[in-house]
Amino acid sequence: MIRRLVVITLLSALPAAPAYADARGDARQQVEFGIAVAQRGLWREAIFRWQRATELDPTYAQAFNNLAIAWEHEGDLQKAREAYEKALRLEPNNALIKQNFELFKEINERSGRKDGR
Amino acid sequence: MNAAGARTVVSFALVAALSGCSASYLEIPVETPIQPKLDIRPFSRVFVAGFATAGTDDVDSSLEAVRLLRSQLRNKGTLRVVDADAIALGDLVPRDDDPAAAGAAGTAPEAAQVELSDDAAFAPYEKIFSDREYWKKVGEELQQPLIVTGTISFRPQQRSGFVQRERETFDPLGRRIVQPERTYMERKGFVLRPSFIFIDGRTGEQLHTETFREEVLYNANQTTPPLSSFFELMDRLLPSFLNTLSAQKVRGSRTLLK
Repeated sequence: MIRRLVVITLLSALPAAPAYADARGDARQQVEFGIAVAQRGLWREAIFRWQRATELDPTYAQAFNNLAIAWEHEGDLQKAREAYEKALRLEPNNALIKQNFELFKEINERSGRKDGR
Repeated sequence: MNAAGARTVVSFALVAALSGCSASYLEIPVETPIQPKLDIRPFSRVFVAGFATAGTDDVDSSLEAVRLLRSQLRNKGTLRVVDADAIALGDLVPRDDDPAAAGAAGTAPEAAQVELSDDAAFAPYEKIFSDREYWKKVGEELQQPLIVTGTISFRPQQRSGFVQRERETFDPLGRRIVQPERTYMERKGFVLRPSFIFIDGRTGEQLHTETFREEVLYNANQTTPPLSSFFELMDRLLPSFLNTLSAQKVRGSRTLLK
């Protein structure tokens, strides 16, 4: 009985404990927080979180993808392109990043503005 | 391992699995603000001056385009729209310069206009569009607005060929079957090719040119008034035209990843 109580207590404490101790784990927490605030329309805060995630783990393609989306939403198409390109360099076969980038390029072409390239 | 131990291991595995199986992606709506292609900060007014036209005489392309663009700019633009009379560009072309030898677009006989290519029909207007002194004078009279002028070609077209259609049939059990089918069709419609020129009313200098091409084809036995086709095609290019002068927001969705 005592052993079971100890196990239950340990299990209930699991979600509160840091999921990972490594850089990817910390970066992932930033990414998830960024997603939560972006859903509430707080895109500037999301950008801060996702930038932090890319600093913590510069190989985190998903963080660069999210950052690109946020820059798109803010209208900074140059920064969005750079972030998408970085994400695709890290994960060239990620279909969701590719799809986001294709949609971005459509808008970029429609805008008719040169974004430095 | 006893039963209690097994239950504990199973519950631990379940919690671990549940905590790790939340979706790794999320679709989110985004609104991308697109900046205007032209820096319109120096201007407070815009004057849609009129257009050189070529093609069918069934529609007064210049008059209709002036009306439509002014109304759109009034509703969706940030500049005040000047309501002065449109300029009859045809009157400005010297007769000697006109390859139709019968006056400018809008005054030439129909046969002459149809035979001329767009390039030939609009060639005499190039001098006018690049005449800085003329546009500077127009600008001075109208409090130095941004001036919109250019050319509009609106021509009928006929095209025949194979098109793919969906053919609906029902099998003996009454189930609907849709199959692609290639059919030879005679089609007719219109091609609209406007080229908008934006001129600085303070200096007479050309700032920007935007060219479009839109076409529509109908079944040959369908009768569609040319004016209705003209508006259908203008409707398609209006967002891009407006984006030259004012910021717009493009709605879409993207996928956030964890």
